Amino acid sequence: MASIGTGYDLSATTFSPDGRVFQVEYAQKAADSSGLTIGVCCKDGVVLAVEKILLSKMLLKESGRRVHLIDQHAILAVAGMGPDGRQLATRARQECEQYRNIFRTPMPGHLLAERIAGYVHVHSLYWHVRPFGCTVMIGTWELKQGPSLYMIDPSGSFYRYYGCAAGKGKQGAKTGLEKLDFRQLSCDDALLELAKLINAAHDESKDKPYEMEMIWIKSDTGKASLVPPYLIETVRQRAEQLAREEEMAD
Amino acid sequence: MEEPYTRVSMPYKGSHFTNEEHMLGTTIMAVEFEGGVVLGADSRTTTGVYIANRVSDKITPLSERIYCCRSGSAADTQAIADYVRYYLSIHQLDLDDLPCVKTAAFICRELCYSNKDRLLAGMICAGWDPLYGGQVYTVPLGGTIVRQPYSIGGSGSTYIYGFCDAHFRKGMSREECIEFTKKAVALAMTRDGSSGGVIRLVVVDKQGVSREMIAGNQLPVISAE
Repeated sequence: MASIGTGYDLSATTFSPDGRVFQVEYAQKAADSSGLTIGVCCKDGVVLAVEKILLSKMLLKESGRRVHLIDQHAILAVAGMGPDGRQLATRARQECEQYRNIFRTPMPGHLLAERIAGYVHVHSLYWHVRPFGCTVMIGTWELKQGPSLYMIDPSGSFYRYYGCAAGKGKQGAKTGLEKLDFRQLSCDDALLELAKLINAAHDESKDKPYEMEMIWIKSDTGKASLVPPYLIETVRQRAEQLAREEEMAD
Repeated sequence: MEEPYTRVSMPYKGSHFTNEEHMLGTTIMAVEFEGGVVLGADSRTTTGVYIANRVSDKITPLSERIYCCRSGSAADTQAIADYVRYYLSIHQLDLDDLPCVKTAAFICRELCYSNKDRLLAGMICAGWDPLYGGQVYTVPLGGTIVRQPYSIGGSGSTYIYGFCDAHFRKGMSREECIEFTKKAVALAMTRDGSSGGVIRLVVVDKQGVSREMIAGNQLPVISAE
């Protein structure tokens, strides 16, 4: 590792001769070191799901949450460093509140994503701050254009997606996502798909036990909410059962 | 010895119209109909007792499909309208769509409320947006904001509360709303000394904006005269 940066990785303000910023790339590594985080934009809403690795058996359920409610119409999920993600969630809440106070309408998704991405980007420009060690997904639902999903990485770049994944095992999850038909997929059906992807990414013999967290906005209400625990438990068990059946068949 | 006070001459205390502020002693109103709004106003601007402008335009655009009727100080309301127009123009770029009438009205409210000790402004914001259709919001002196099916304002409005109560009906058509507005403003203009001139009308709906002017000698005939 010592020879990787060869002196060009000491600060986020230094480019390497071939035009890379190593500190930002390391931050991206940090973002992919945690459990899998997936987002899908369905025909009738957005769903975000997180595989939260439980570091201790003594942890209480639902502590250290990685999915956050931002506003009535906006949700956020974190891959990577939890505290960094929490700060971005707080910032997103402030942005939404401020926007509402001035314009009296929900903040459009592309603006929220742009604002948060700008905030993240600023942290890759100065020597006295550290880049964010997390990738966040933002889901929004708007009256006119319906659901949308954005992903922001530590460099501050952001794109809108049908489906996206970050964290450990994101490659496998992305391949799985590409097989889905997002024009047909509903939020309710997406729960099981996400559970299957997370279950597949998790290696029970090697990895620590995990908790599945899910959050969504559905167009019937247009309101963001955490997916009820019993629903998560149902799809998780179903996903595990399907995996076992597949194993038996092999 | 002189009688006290007898020789004391009193200085002239009254103000002269050349020194007075321009006021929109006014009749303004706006009415919602299915899919749009009608805005109406008289055209008199006064400085004290002097009519400074008899053909002023008190219906000011805030964005493509949102207008406001101004009453109170001409300077204050023009400044507020300028600010709102500026904020909305930037907001429109963010949205990539027409801004909401609610947004315009609340920016107006924010300016009126947070500077209420320095302003003399009563405004009616009305217009059309693709999300919620035609809407009328009134922002009176103190900076409250109320959405109403129709709203009247300015000094002249006090004369027509009864008329409006009697003649406003829910679900009036575009043409009925125009007639209602014309009549109400004409009545107020005859009774109110600070309202007069011509009637200005603006109709905003999905199709666009149309303006109309009814000259002073073409006002709807009023039986009392």
